[in-house]
Amino acid sequence: MASTIRVRAISSGEITEVQVLIQHPMDSGFVKDAKGEIIPPHFIQRLTFEYDGRNVFVADWGTAVSKDPYVKFSFRGGNKGDDLKISWADNKGETDATTAKIQ
Amino acid sequence: MNMTQPTVRISILSLALALMSATSAPAASSKTDFNIAYAAAEAAHKEAGRLRNQWTVTAEALANAKRAADKGDFDGAVASAKEAEALAKASIFQATSEKEAWKNLEIR
Amino acid sequence: MTPTVAADALDPVADAKAFRNYFVAKFPHVKPEDFVNGPYSMNEDMRRQWEEKEQFPPYEFSLDMGKEMFAKAFNNGKSYADCFPNQGIGIRQNYPYFDAKEGKVITLELALNRCREANGEPPFSYVGDEMAALTAYMAYTSRGKPFDIKIPDDPRALEAYQNGKRYFYTRRGQLNFSCATCHVQNPGERMRAEILAPAFGILNAMPIYRSEWGGMGTISRRLTTCNSQIRGVPLEPQAEEYRDLEYYLSYVSNGLPISGPGSRP
Repeated sequence: MASTIRVRAISSGEITEVQVLIQHPMDSGFVKDAKGEIIPPHFIQRLTFEYDGRNVFVADWGTAVSKDPYVKFSFRGGNKGDDLKISWADNKGETDATTAKIQ
Repeated sequence: MNMTQPTVRISILSLALALMSATSAPAASSKTDFNIAYAAAEAAHKEAGRLRNQWTVTAEALANAKRAADKGDFDGAVASAKEAEALAKASIFQATSEKEAWKNLEIR
Repeated sequence: MTPTVAADALDPVADAKAFRNYFVAKFPHVKPEDFVNGPYSMNEDMRRQWEEKEQFPPYEFSLDMGKEMFAKAFNNGKSYADCFPNQGIGIRQNYPYFDAKEGKVITLELALNRCREANGEPPFSYVGDEMAALTAYMAYTSRGKPFDIKIPDDPRALEAYQNGKRYFYTRRGQLNFSCATCHVQNPGERMRAEILAPAFGILNAMPIYRSEWGGMGTISRRLTTCNSQIRGVPLEPQAEEYRDLEYYLSYVSNGLPISGPGSRP
């Protein structure tokens, strides 16, 4: 299955800027479907970015984050060609992970 | 003397209430009244449909009218039906007048 | 004093020129080709946020889905490429067109469903995700190409054009708005929290990923929801009025580049 994570990490010497777009329904559990039934909550709870063995960005999410979330952040360090590992886990126990090369 | 006074007061009160309701209540709408009002509203809404210009609020008022009638609230049902008819007639007026009025907005 | 109406002197060329001039004059600091960016050409702050997002656009998933769908063969072995000129690549700017044989306006959405039905496949909903993904991909292959809508020398085509124009300026719904009320009289102004887009180039970014929808939506979806938002009961998607409207709006935006699929708030 194709990865749900699109990532671009660009290093400009000291700082690496990371952008990520994740495909996920992020259902809050408050919305009803066409039949009037609640669509059960299905959302990413934890999003982790790992570089050189340490977490450079960790997000604990809840139901307030919308569908197909987009994240942009920067961290000190990161060299061109190095790996950046991204992984997420949701409330249903589903997960996905990918590794991107810093450009 | 103190024991009889409340009884007298209550009797007068209930008599007053009975009189009030007897003189102030209007004739309640019947199912027939509703059917007539609804048919008129529906016909106007259909005419607006023929002109390809129905309003969502007309449809809502018609639905409200039906719902009220189903519950036996014919007063409410007739009121909603009359509102629907007014809205439908307004939408017909809009479609008719816009046949020429649209030109006033055109960029030239 | 009523304005002199050139009653039956139908002149689409003059219309298009006047349409363009109106917007260029109203927004002298906007480059003509920038009008296709809708609210982002009207508001600096929104533009900045949009440019950031465009580095990683939210419509990517739908676009990828559209590309896959377009390439996949039907059960009978044929594919969308067999229904369209140039295999369906880089042709979006030619739609809608007036079909002389049938005497009606054919939009891209209509053409796609006809292609499906001609090959034994069930049609897609005009307001659903699949049609949005397909038209997103086809728009993408035409990015940068200018709208090139033709009105043949045929009274029926002129009538369709005129119908579309009339629809555009006609007030409707309980709120008594016409398309022009928002997109000609008030582009750049706010409608509640939204910045209104100018009508000039308004279809060039379609289909659009709307944050409000949390997904990609077709022209049909936008037209029907616009109707209900002003409290008018929408017509059926791809009704004659909508196709004619799309014909008119696309024609008066001739020359502006296709920028779809787009993203909007």
